[in-house]
Amino acid sequence: MSSLPLTQNINEQRDPVDLAAYEKNHGYEAVHKALKEMSPADCLQEIKDSALRGRGGAGFPTGMKWSFVPMDNVSEGHKYLVCNADEMEPGTFKDRLLMECDPHQLIEGMILSAWTIQADIAYIFIRHEYHLAARLLQEAIDECKAKGYLGNDILGTGFNLEMYVHSSAGRYICGEETALISSLEGKRANPRAKPPFPQISGLWGRPTIVNNVETLCNITHIIRNGAGWFKSLGLGADSGTKLFGVSGRVKNPGCWELPMGTPIRELIEQHAGGMQDGYKLRGLLPGGASTDFLVEEHLDLAMDYDVIGKAGSRLGTGTMIILDDKTCPVGMVKNLVEFFAQESCGFCTPCRDGLPWTAQVLDDIDTGKGMKVDMVTLKNQVRFIGAIGNTHCALAPGAMEPVSSAMKYFAEDFETHIKNKACSYCKTNSSTGGA
Amino acid sequence: MMNSKTDNPLQATSVLTPAELAEIDKEISHAPYRAAVAIDALKIVQKHHRWVSDESLNALADYLGMSPAELDGIATFYNLIYRRPVGEEVISLCDSVTCWIMGYNKLQQHIIKRLDVGLGETTDDDRYTFLPAPCLGACDRAPVMMVGNELHQNLDEAKIDQILKVKSSTSDVNNNGRQE
Repeated sequence: MSSLPLTQNINEQRDPVDLAAYEKNHGYEAVHKALKEMSPADCLQEIKDSALRGRGGAGFPTGMKWSFVPMDNVSEGHKYLVCNADEMEPGTFKDRLLMECDPHQLIEGMILSAWTIQADIAYIFIRHEYHLAARLLQEAIDECKAKGYLGNDILGTGFNLEMYVHSSAGRYICGEETALISSLEGKRANPRAKPPFPQISGLWGRPTIVNNVETLCNITHIIRNGAGWFKSLGLGADSGTKLFGVSGRVKNPGCWELPMGTPIRELIEQHAGGMQDGYKLRGLLPGGASTDFLVEEHLDLAMDYDVIGKAGSRLGTGTMIILDDKTCPVGMVKNLVEFFAQESCGFCTPCRDGLPWTAQVLDDIDTGKGMKVDMVTLKNQVRFIGAIGNTHCALAPGAMEPVSSAMKYFAEDFETHIKNKACSYCKTNSSTGGA
Repeated sequence: MMNSKTDNPLQATSVLTPAELAEIDKEISHAPYRAAVAIDALKIVQKHHRWVSDESLNALADYLGMSPAELDGIATFYNLIYRRPVGEEVISLCDSVTCWIMGYNKLQQHIIKRLDVGLGETTDDDRYTFLPAPCLGACDRAPVMMVGNELHQNLDEAKIDQILKVKSSTSDVNNNGRQE
């Protein structure tokens, strides 16, 4: 049993393992085990016991999410399992690795998940730009159909599962699970009000589970090796391993599988090789664009959901973005908010009209046109746009997380911009934005 | 078409080619209703024509049993459905946070100058359309861009020149995968 299960077959220097090679390394053993020896209820209990939390960003307990799927009246219609492979959170590059380097791991996890909730149709909703991953997944699905792991009467158990790859047509909002469902139905990707939750009424009004790529890959190993083993992998309160990433001005940016609870400092200094020469760390977004900034004082914190949460941020996708001392914090936040403003689906007013307004205020400050009153405006925007419940989904609140934390940790930068009517970083580092 | 339920199937089948219709029908075969494949169908049409013209959109709406306005509402929502003509290949330069930190601005200016093309515009020879792109999911190798279906990583001006130079001397435009 590998202590780094998700990447045990991964070698970026070669093609991903095919079905035969995957099976040779215990691949699809868990499918044999689950479909022949475990009931869906047994599988659900194992996932609950593993304390696996969703790896897409929200960290919701996977077993609890699945437990809301109705398990009676199965014969009356379809149930759906959807893999969220839309990976569009800026700064995130982990699911690409899993899909491009070991597609069978994801498919095995999806078969096991579909068995647990008794879904008979599964979709992999993948962003359009991941051409290579989509092709590799389709090839792996074809291999599985030929071998009898997908299709009708899988392994002679009477369980049927069809799996389709749906290549998206763009837009960040598709990563929000109810927006993703709208998009899979062929509509504009507007998020839906909850309740009803997708577990009851999701894709085409039927019970639906949407999970992130990395979450589903973990299912393979939990069923294969057991919940107890999975819990023992984490260093702190959270179980399992995680694909962590570091990008920005570090010596060795990349993505690594490490135990949950690995300290931030170890990630940056050991795995990412520390800061590039001539650059100092000023802050970081621990889990993608929609997480609050952390700073130097947080470097010894464990990358655990609750630890990062208590520090005022979120673990998010676990792929961190480093802010260095030669990059303008105001410019960085402006870039983030411009992204979210562009990607708003336009359904809710605070998001559609509020985010471009915030972007405008940040642009004014960044380009030396800011006034003191702008800081009050920003604070009010954080309060109204950032409040959960003012919008259907979490896009706008997520967008305001780096804004509010930047105002807290980099207050002097905002003030200097307004006072000097200019960005001091533009002179020292012409390669970055702001100008 | 045999399974077309449109009021005017002639219009649909005279604009959409047999190859397009075959691919669209394959999607319809595992969908609960025809309009459910709207996005797949738009992508199929675009794959064959590079973009989705009004003529194609009207025919497709007809074929899927939707109003053109409804289908256009979907088409214009998604940034990767092109409702205006694009060049042979689309250059998508990432402008999200890590690529911004790593200096995409300079590269954007470089491409604009080198190809004499603004954002959203197509080169005079119809070879490239230059578009900004949200995070492409390769931030450890920033700055990155896609040219057609190919991802190019760890970019600088020299590398961009090399990519565009090699490209102009080959006709291989539909390659899948990564280029270091």
